[in-house]
Amino acid sequence: MSSKVYITGMGMISAIGNNVAESFHSLETMQSGIGELKYVRSRHKPLVPVGEVKKSTEELMEMAGLNPDNLTTRTSLLGLIAAQEAVKSAGIKDIKEYRTGIISATSVGGMDMTENHWLDYLNEEKSGPWLKYIETHECGDSTEFIADNLGIKDFLSTISTACSSAANAIMFGARLIKHGKLDRVIVGGTDAMSRFTINGFMTLMILDSENCKPFDSQRRGLNLGEGAGYIVLESEKAAKGKVIHAELSGYGNSNDAYHQTASSPDGAGAFMAMEKAFKISGLKPSDIDYINAHGTGTEINDLSEGTAIDRIFEKNVPSISSTKAYTGHTLAACAGIEAIFSILAIKHNIVFPNLNYKHPMTALSFKPTTTLERGKKIDHVLSNSFGFGGNTSALIFSRHH
Amino acid sequence: MEAYINGIGIVSPQKTFDTSDFLSEIVEHNSKLLNAIEPSYKEFLDPNLARRMARVIKMSIAASFVCLRDAKIEKPDAIITGTALGCLQDTEKFLLSIIENDEQFLTPTSFIQSTHNTVSAQIALQLKCMNYNFTYVHKGFSFESALLDSMMTLEEGEAKNILVGGHDEMTEKHHRVYNRIGYWKKDSAVDTMQLIHSKTPGSVGGEGAAFFILGNEKTEKSYAKLQGVEMIYKPENTKEVETKIITFLDSKGLQANDIDVVLYGINGDVRFDQLYYEIKNTLFKNSTSGYFKHLCGEYQTSGSFAMWLAAKILQTQTIPNAVLIGENKSKEIKNVLIYNTFIDSDQSVYLLSKC
Repeated sequence: MSSKVYITGMGMISAIGNNVAESFHSLETMQSGIGELKYVRSRHKPLVPVGEVKKSTEELMEMAGLNPDNLTTRTSLLGLIAAQEAVKSAGIKDIKEYRTGIISATSVGGMDMTENHWLDYLNEEKSGPWLKYIETHECGDSTEFIADNLGIKDFLSTISTACSSAANAIMFGARLIKHGKLDRVIVGGTDAMSRFTINGFMTLMILDSENCKPFDSQRRGLNLGEGAGYIVLESEKAAKGKVIHAELSGYGNSNDAYHQTASSPDGAGAFMAMEKAFKISGLKPSDIDYINAHGTGTEINDLSEGTAIDRIFEKNVPSISSTKAYTGHTLAACAGIEAIFSILAIKHNIVFPNLNYKHPMTALSFKPTTTLERGKKIDHVLSNSFGFGGNTSALIFSRHH
Repeated sequence: MEAYINGIGIVSPQKTFDTSDFLSEIVEHNSKLLNAIEPSYKEFLDPNLARRMARVIKMSIAASFVCLRDAKIEKPDAIITGTALGCLQDTEKFLLSIIENDEQFLTPTSFIQSTHNTVSAQIALQLKCMNYNFTYVHKGFSFESALLDSMMTLEEGEAKNILVGGHDEMTEKHHRVYNRIGYWKKDSAVDTMQLIHSKTPGSVGGEGAAFFILGNEKTEKSYAKLQGVEMIYKPENTKEVETKIITFLDSKGLQANDIDVVLYGINGDVRFDQLYYEIKNTLFKNSTSGYFKHLCGEYQTSGSFAMWLAAKILQTQTIPNAVLIGENKSKEIKNVLIYNTFIDSDQSVYLLSKC
């Protein structure tokens, strides 16, 4: 059994770049990826700025090195492209060299195709190759698509706990390594933009019609995003001799048990998740150098999360920012993407700014970092992810010595 | 590591809701879709709340509450569920209203309840349970992942009692959609009790919600102990399955001959049933054989029904005739193995033992 869990690879795609290097460049140059909806047909286009990946599904197919007549979903393609990068960056040549698994998170699976074909599915008189998409609807299908393309067979699982999904995928993967069930595991999440999600969030009235402003007292909601982010976790044995980007030192999962969609005002679930992550890591709040907050920009999340952070850090909050104003809220993928941002913060000793912030929230003791902060040693990063259904998760990434 | 099954609660296409009963009366379905027999929800849910909830949420809440009561536990240390399709009824409802109303005049209720974690979240909300909460959504590995996580959590000492469940609903629309890709038989109705003799492609749809309390200690209520779950993804051939089963049993200090009863996921689909027979006629030729999908139908989390069946077999030391394939060769039933697959890609093996 491995007591340590090392991160040896990273891969991502989102509105701010098609890989880790491009995304890092956007973060450093404070370039947001939020803009007008392009690849999903929706009447809400003028009202809903989004963080879309700047590639058509056909272009994604090419990027993934697939034959264009492949019938798969955007969710699967985004996932595959990010996972391919993660595996490559971990220097994995032979996937079968070690017991390797994949744990992927997604909120709506293949909904991007289901919503285009649903009426045709139900019409027995219509037929076509699109019938193949029926099987791509299930969340697990995207994971199997990625696994099959990467040659992963030893363990597969898929997690859907709304916007905390990828954090839970990372946590489960780390535990499988600690239990000696796997030597390495690709963990993270993928979610494509869909009319289903856009309309869902519209009915909840938590979408900002402008670029989102996390932790600003004038915040009006979130921007939806899409993308995928995966990291490669390895045991001490498998990671031997490799470049180790960071360690996953802590993780915590809890449930707010307050409301099906809204967080509790005092962030009790968020507090518990962070508390558990500290316990697992053996660290104290004062050890944290940077918090990559969930910070969606909704009225309720930022207050609830901020209150919980104030409580656990006893109002001595370190550098904190939400990167949602760059990528949009990528739902089940966000904790995968933000895990990479957290690791980049450690690697480059950098704090990414919280874009669009002007007005402090009176209820909170802290203000997020609004400029690119360099030169401060970043050894430990806390990354929060919370979701519908009260699912709250926290991860701690630490410098490897 | 082993975990004791200290409570059960199950809503299925059979009369399983009364935990003291064990298939004393078999419900014979003559259909291509075996719907769950729903209990009255009044006892478990405020009627106003229940009215807004889809079937799968209500079935799961009822099953989980019965399970907690059975184990005499008020608040579990963790809630872990597996569901392949999540909340289909609400997903379809919201999707159709988007299409029919051209993205206008929508209300949030069905969207809110469409997320895959709705069931585990609702149980947490009803119990005010802030503990570890997880939802696995991987096809034929959904419930199996939940079990693996549960056993790891018990081993870590992070929990003493875990509420773990598998739940999937099959809607009329999704049943039609799956029919188009050959999941079900072409006949208009199927006598499910004859399913095992079928020589045609396709199976019959099913659904259910089965919950268990897994504990780290034996109690007076303990039905059986779960020794482990093994998942086998897209095996190349039967040899690979055999090897993995042998290795799995070996890790528990057992051999194929120690397995008294094997429950197979035989679903009457001529394309896949051969998988089961190959294992049955070689590795487990000396064991008693049983099957269950004629009772619960085919669905991705049917392993949760099978686990209930295995637990009851071990507790009562009886095998209902309707479950048996061939004769009952067992005098004492110590070890029950479940070998199940949804289609043929996600195969799983569970080992349960008498406690």
